[in-house]
Amino acid sequence: MAEVEPLLKARGLVKVFKTGGGVFGGGSAELRAVDGVDLDVWRGETLGIVGESGCGKTTLGRLLLRLLEPTAGSVEFDGQQLTGLSRRQLRPFRRRMQVVFQDPYASLNPRMKVGRIIAEGMEFHGLASGAELRTQVLELMERVGLGADAWDRYPHEFSGGQRQRICIARALAVKPELVVADEPVSALDVSIQAQILNLLGELQQEFGLTFVFISHDLRVVEHFSHRVAVMYLGRVVETAPSRDIYERPLHPYTAALLSAVPRVDAKARTQRVVLKGDVPSPISPPGGCPFHPRCPVAEARCSSEVPQLLPRGDERSVACLLV
Amino acid sequence: MAALLELRDLVTVFDTADGVARAVDGVSFSIDRGETLGVVGESGCGKSVTALSILRLVPEPPGRIESGSVLFQGTDLLQMSEPELRAIRGNEIAMIFQEPMTSLNPVFTVGFQVAEALRLHRGLGKREAEREAVRMLELVEIPEAESRARDYPHQLSGGMRQRVMIAMALSCTPSLLIADEPTTALDVTIQAQILELLGELQQRLGMALLLITHDLGVVAERADRVMVMYAGRVVEQGPADSVLGSPRHPYTRGLIASQPRLGATGERLQPIAGMVPRLTELPSGCHFRTRCSLATDRCEREEPLLEGGAHEVACFETSVPPAGNGGRHG
Repeated sequence: MAEVEPLLKARGLVKVFKTGGGVFGGGSAELRAVDGVDLDVWRGETLGIVGESGCGKTTLGRLLLRLLEPTAGSVEFDGQQLTGLSRRQLRPFRRRMQVVFQDPYASLNPRMKVGRIIAEGMEFHGLASGAELRTQVLELMERVGLGADAWDRYPHEFSGGQRQRICIARALAVKPELVVADEPVSALDVSIQAQILNLLGELQQEFGLTFVFISHDLRVVEHFSHRVAVMYLGRVVETAPSRDIYERPLHPYTAALLSAVPRVDAKARTQRVVLKGDVPSPISPPGGCPFHPRCPVAEARCSSEVPQLLPRGDERSVACLLV
Repeated sequence: MAALLELRDLVTVFDTADGVARAVDGVSFSIDRGETLGVVGESGCGKSVTALSILRLVPEPPGRIESGSVLFQGTDLLQMSEPELRAIRGNEIAMIFQEPMTSLNPVFTVGFQVAEALRLHRGLGKREAEREAVRMLELVEIPEAESRARDYPHQLSGGMRQRVMIAMALSCTPSLLIADEPTTALDVTIQAQILELLGELQQRLGMALLLITHDLGVVAERADRVMVMYAGRVVEQGPADSVLGSPRHPYTRGLIASQPRLGATGERLQPIAGMVPRLTELPSGCHFRTRCSLATDRCEREEPLLEGGAHEVACFETSVPPAGNGGRHG
């Protein structure tokens, strides 16, 4: 606990999207994708962000990188306020924070050869050039498990897992401190998923990386992260060290999410809490606690009072009136 | 008693620019009435093509069922005329797919689409079919079924659409439901709802279920028996507890070791080396040998066959159960 300041610090982040009001008129509505999120990410750790579709996890990831402008709130990186910086002022930070997306094909330029894809960022940020550049790119390619022959090939010639290796090499080429990985293994088969997860874990140790790891898959998040933040309808409802969240979930949503995960091991199966109904639309979220309409233990006050994310000791926080 | 459905040596091939791909390469299995058979494997292992072949829904060309038989209640579906087969599809054997949105017609209400199935297959009149459609939507636990019946598919959530698909599939009380990745596109809490619903309906209607999925957890929870496929072949099959609890084939073991488990934070995963070979460039002998740590010269020369009674495995190295039958560590 030598460090005083987290590498990444988000306070009161809000992102509102305007929807509707298209060519046929009709009313426009506000969608609060991220609705007041505070997060700290410490140097060298992996913070997992987990939640179901529409919970705002991807939007949050983009806000953290300032790929999206927040409607309100702030993001600090290494003590520097990112909100309000111009493109030029942001440039040095862009190198230090990188991203890996779910669909490795959509995020690779199909007309560029792999060597160039990986080298481009290094050149742009003036990290290397000429023969030195080539050597460094080849070293990195080898490290992520791509053969040297990949240099002269195009992305379409590779399988999904290999493409994700290209994306990882591209992200690491500029020597970042923070990597936001948004569903990096969700499109991959389970045997390939394990290869990529192991690779990310090794690279984190070797390069001292800090990860924000976003996924809908609790198994993957719990496996890969030191701490987990669980999101529901734009808010963080619980944060805790991975092991604790699995052994003793505090928020009823976290408990339901865990119990819904299908288990191979019959002994590990617990009493399943099957939630009723769907996640409500973030355009018209329920009043009070956003989870109360589906919550198996909700009380009357849950429909009127909004629970705040409050610390509960042991590095844990939870937003529930009943815990 | 004869099995409800029995596949014998099914071979389905596709003509591709790189040659003939044997997507299903000699698959045999059977399902009894009321039983759930889980089919697992990674992309391209042939699990979906097997399912499509059962109802002869493989697009021809480029696909073609080359040989084998699909016996449904003793009759070979592959020898039937198209009109005979149409009487089976939807009536006796129904199918649901991964993405319910693409299987529903966007310009008709869901009530109309369920009613249409009832009129077509059960010969109900218009009013009667509409009433029955609402009853089916209630059966699959769609809240306010009567008003939801007037909704169009895009007005429903993914989970609700899959319920509509299930209502349509069950409208003629089929004796076999083929579900191809029915919950893959759904969130985990919705997946739990749909799996629970399928289980309840199956008990109530005494229907057999062929459940195709890449998720070992789903199979472990829902299936009576499991069949593991790799590169068009069945590599292991048997009772779910036995196959997933003491897997014998190196591929099945690899799949289980690759999957992150809850409660094992930071534990290193043991991935399977390499990747699934292309179907047009399959290795000789055992298709898995190029990724297998136990492979020997024999695996290159000969193709292993399924052996071993109730829990069968197609592997020269692990087909003999370990002595003492204790916990096995490969």
